[in-house]
Amino acid sequence: MNTAIRAPALADRVKDAALAAFVAFALLAPILGMETVVGPDGRLTLAFHFDLVALGVAIVFIGRLLFGGLVAGRLAVRREGGPISRFLSRYSTVLGAAGLAFAVALPFLPFSSRYVIDVATTVVIYVMLGWGLNIVVGLAGLLDLGYVAFYAVGAYSYALFAQWFGLGFWTCLPIAGLLAAIAGILLGFPVLRLRGDYLAIVTLGFGEIIRLVLINWHEVTGGPNGIADIPRPSFFGFPFTRNPGEGEIAFHQLFGLEFSTMHRVIFLYYLALGLALITNLFVLRIRKLPIGRAWEALREDEIACKALGINPTNTKLTAFALGAMFGGFAGSFFATRQGFISPESFTFIESAIILAIVVLGGMGSQIGVVLAAAVIVLLPEIARELETYRMLFFGAAMVLIMIWRPRGLLAHREPTIRLARRGGAA
Amino acid sequence: MLEVENVVTRYGVIEALKGVSIRVERGEIVAIIGANGAGKSTLLMTICGQPRAASGRIRFEGREITDLPTYDIVRLGIVQAPEGRRIFPRMTVYENLLMGAVPTGGRYLEEDLERVFALFPRLKERLHQRGGTLSGGEQQMLCIGRALMARPKLLLLDEPSLGIAPILVRQIFEAIVAINRERGLSILLVEQNAYQALKIAHRGYVLASGRVVREGTGRQLLADPEVRAAYLEGGQ
Repeated sequence: MNTAIRAPALADRVKDAALAAFVAFALLAPILGMETVVGPDGRLTLAFHFDLVALGVAIVFIGRLLFGGLVAGRLAVRREGGPISRFLSRYSTVLGAAGLAFAVALPFLPFSSRYVIDVATTVVIYVMLGWGLNIVVGLAGLLDLGYVAFYAVGAYSYALFAQWFGLGFWTCLPIAGLLAAIAGILLGFPVLRLRGDYLAIVTLGFGEIIRLVLINWHEVTGGPNGIADIPRPSFFGFPFTRNPGEGEIAFHQLFGLEFSTMHRVIFLYYLALGLALITNLFVLRIRKLPIGRAWEALREDEIACKALGINPTNTKLTAFALGAMFGGFAGSFFATRQGFISPESFTFIESAIILAIVVLGGMGSQIGVVLAAAVIVLLPEIARELETYRMLFFGAAMVLIMIWRPRGLLAHREPTIRLARRGGAA
Repeated sequence: MLEVENVVTRYGVIEALKGVSIRVERGEIVAIIGANGAGKSTLLMTICGQPRAASGRIRFEGREITDLPTYDIVRLGIVQAPEGRRIFPRMTVYENLLMGAVPTGGRYLEEDLERVFALFPRLKERLHQRGGTLSGGEQQMLCIGRALMARPKLLLLDEPSLGIAPILVRQIFEAIVAINRERGLSILLVEQNAYQALKIAHRGYVLASGRVVREGTGRQLLADPEVRAAYLEGGQ
């Protein structure tokens, strides 16, 4: 329903703008208005800049007066995706294929350098994490603020199994996925009854618990020092080294190439891409199965689901477990790519970024996640030249995107199944 | 087929049902009427195990179901079309109907879909429309259709006429009678629209403040002067 919201009356807007100006004053007075300077006698004194405060407050007042109503009006209209997102999802298969072709060709395009491939690998990891979290948040509708915990479990599983038992990446990958899935179920059990905000708080706590365990359990995790010298991946047993050890054949020898450090970078990129594609195929497939539909139904109405004979406990736990499993895969990859991990890498901000990717992409949309991951990883990269103002720019861009597309970049949900496909059953 | 014996249900300290006993025989339409807050919906929800009965027993086909989890009760054949319809608004009509087929594992999908479309042709026209874009009456049809996809033995209907245009109310009540006649499906119907409900019911119960205060055949209750005074005149 595109009911137009009437613009608020002028008096209301002035009142609203005055309130915004007051908040701005309260914030700006100490931040901009006062400066500690060294006085002539060598002591610190306060210098006041009332002109700056006045300017700031005036900008906020006028800006709010001009645009406040506009923004509020747009936000109030809960749209089911405009023409752009409908266009994007209609041609999602074409777009997906084009994007995939681009991703596969990327390392061989003229402009790609080590930097480009490194950034692209990061984008792909976040795409994968976004797709994993999308199962929990986008499909099952369970707000999870501690997703980074599963990423950490995956990373540490690989690092520890490799260090202690000398297991290789491909052996550790399923183990890491399994352990992360178990962690997902452990988190799932106590929070089954919770919903919305309450669930979000508990998952937030869970993420912190995992991080604190990693910091404090010195004997196993190395505490804040983390784990170094994690084995780098090999090309199915052929290492990426200049001088392979006794009886070993290095990747470049196998293919008769000149040794280059780029081989490993490109291999890591394709590895990430492969893992992400597996995640995508899995999610696309499972959405069409009864369990996938049950997740979406559970997000929409839990009581109705119960009345239809769906076991909400099992349904939620599978969502947590599978979402966590892909987080674990991504974590393993992260560990092998970095070669060094520490609890620093698994702070709340990571969870927030992954969640932002899912929300920004339009909850439940696969291509949306790709777009959002690209935006979130690339924006700070593009803004590197802005230096100090980089994160400010990033924040402002996020706010603008959410104003422009309050339900995410791609909010239009395509049905997972149509009767016509069943070959004239009707 | 369904026996509810002396069931007490509490929400915290409030007793919503104070020892209710009803039964439904195979092939019957049983109506439960009563004012707002009489405990009608609570009774249906308690049969489904949401919330649980604090005391008393519920038996279905001779088996005690009082403490079974809701999804097991549904799998035994008691399916509810809940109050307020509760269809999945972002999913299409077709996807909604598929959700109903969960307890059967989708074994009779084609056949059951055809039966639902025969009953509510409107749903077939709207098959790929989102549930949320349907009118209230269409949503109620979808809600009943979805419940039928589960192949229930006993269908629980909670206020199927609530907030629906009068012309569609008639269609829905006709459909309820048709389901009952053609398939011999037992139906337990909760309604504020007492006149419509008692007209199609074989038997009925009048609920007031959590107790059964009258029971009888639909016709008896319709003729009962106290029932008329309390629930029918004024309304009709």
